[in-house]
Amino acid sequence: MSATSGSRSASPLTRGFSSGSLRAVTAPILLGVVVLLLWQVAVVLLDIKPFVLPSPVNIGTQFASSFDSVWAGTVVTGTNAFVGLLLGAVTGILAAIAAALVRVFDELSVPIVTAAAVIPIVALAPVLYTMFGANVETARQLVAALAVFIPVYLNTLKGLRQVRPVHRDLMRAYAASPWQATRTVTLPGAMPFLFTGLRIASSLAVISALIAEYFGGPVGGLGKSITSAAASSNYPLAYAYVLGSILLGLVFYAVTLAFEKLASRHSSSTP
Amino acid sequence: MNAVEVTGVSKVFRVAKGAEVVALDSVSLSVVPGEFVSLIGPSGCGKSTLLRLIADLDQPTAGEVLVFGKSARQARIDQDYGIAFQQAGLLPWRTVTGNIELPLELHGVGKAARRARAQDLLALVGLSDFADRYPDQLSGGMQQRVAIARSLAESPELLLMDEPFGALDEMTRERMQTELVRICAETGAAVVFVTHSIPEAVYLSSRVVVMSPRPGRIQEVVTVGLGSAGTRDDALREDAAFFASVKAVREALHGDAVHEKAPHSVRGVETR
Ligand SMILES: Nc1ncnc2c1ncn2[C@@H]1O[C@H](COP(=O)(O)OP(=O)(O)O)[C@@H](O)[C@H]1O
Ligand SMILES: [Mg+2]
Repeated sequence: MSATSGSRSASPLTRGFSSGSLRAVTAPILLGVVVLLLWQVAVVLLDIKPFVLPSPVNIGTQFASSFDSVWAGTVVTGTNAFVGLLLGAVTGILAAIAAALVRVFDELSVPIVTAAAVIPIVALAPVLYTMFGANVETARQLVAALAVFIPVYLNTLKGLRQVRPVHRDLMRAYAASPWQATRTVTLPGAMPFLFTGLRIASSLAVISALIAEYFGGPVGGLGKSITSAAASSNYPLAYAYVLGSILLGLVFYAVTLAFEKLASRHSSSTP
Repeated sequence: MNAVEVTGVSKVFRVAKGAEVVALDSVSLSVVPGEFVSLIGPSGCGKSTLLRLIADLDQPTAGEVLVFGKSARQARIDQDYGIAFQQAGLLPWRTVTGNIELPLELHGVGKAARRARAQDLLALVGLSDFADRYPDQLSGGMQQRVAIARSLAESPELLLMDEPFGALDEMTRERMQTELVRICAETGAAVVFVTHSIPEAVYLSSRVVVMSPRPGRIQEVVTVGLGSAGTRDDALREDAAFFASVKAVREALHGDAVHEKAPHSVRGVETR
């Protein structure tokens, strides 16, 4: 019975979502195709050399023929970004809960978080390589985790502070314990904010894990592969790795965006 | 024992820079079990404040509030009242059923019993077909009905309602009033009901408490002799006794010097 009513209530939502997202998807795809065409035509007509800018067809061919090594690099960098995302998200969420519950913790964390928010985190990579050794991925994962921590912490904390007065009154009227109020009102209300933080953090995780590779550590990831392909003048291959990085970033973004949409599905304010 | 016993209650809010707002000034009021009492008066006369003191959402600066002979705090902890606000205040991430079950869940009622109670209440407010919807899929009036069902979940002997129909259009509002009268007749709960609307107060209540602002005081208590809740229906709205009570409340609101020719002299009160 609940299944039927569920699907009944879901159908208008799904319809609205798909018709909106159809336009949202086709427009950028069209634009992308046009840009690629212009790029191809420009490279051919103006006779641009591959080391300046390879043509899309050239990159695509290279991407297909070296797919295995691009995939291997994507797995390495993707794993680092994912571990960093998890680690940074969990610590960010826990820290935000602590800051929301304990005022002192909040006040103590302000200068640290402000400092962390303005430091380019990847600048820490060389130091971390010395700390954890240059032959493990730990330093890269930590760089990603640090980059993720900030937006997750700030957004979650903001969400935890969004409790509406009417809900606070309601919890008091029900004589709910602080933990009951946190569990039934504060945490669920913070979820959309948390997932917005996670969506912002997902791109940072990929970027940080990739850039961290430029500062040292083991080979095999996308960042190292881009630099070594460029160093050996294999520009189409370098671009094939760049393409792999773009796709990796897109996957992280799309997945976290889907979670965000799911989490904020029913969070539109109710009078 | 009275459902509500407010004795010499004052409430002073300290606002910025030592300035004070006297929201209530030595207010006394008794509500007997099963009685429907409305609080009416212009904006800022302390209606919400009085209701919040009874609900122990705020504490009085002076005086005493007893609910069923206990302190307001104890009554809140014992869950002796149900409450509905001007905003429905539903949790948007819970279904209609989940929202109605909320107080039961917080107070440790088992899953099956919760489900059964929610179904009964949904039938009572006419929303059985919407059990699995989310609040954002309901109209404002429907949300308010869910909030009323939620306030009834634990069969309270006392209902506190702060302008629960304030945001509704006139037609929905009259239908909700009729439903509320029926629900009260069925449950026998005492009600303290805050409203802006004179006809609403008269239609629902056995007594209408007319308040005046700055400082918030009880100006007059008008007894409405329209029969018990069980005998009230829509026809009553055209009854001569109904109009007589509306007139009495209006005159109390406007003070003795002013008569019907100046219905606009009191801000924020609907005289329609
Ligand atoms: N939390 C508060 N802090 C300061 N002043 C308040 C607060 N709550 C109410 N007041 C003041 O108390 C007076 C009565 O308010 P209220 O009880 O909300 O009036 P009503 O519900 O009758 O419109 C108003 O002047 C209002 O500004
Ligand atoms: Mg009010």
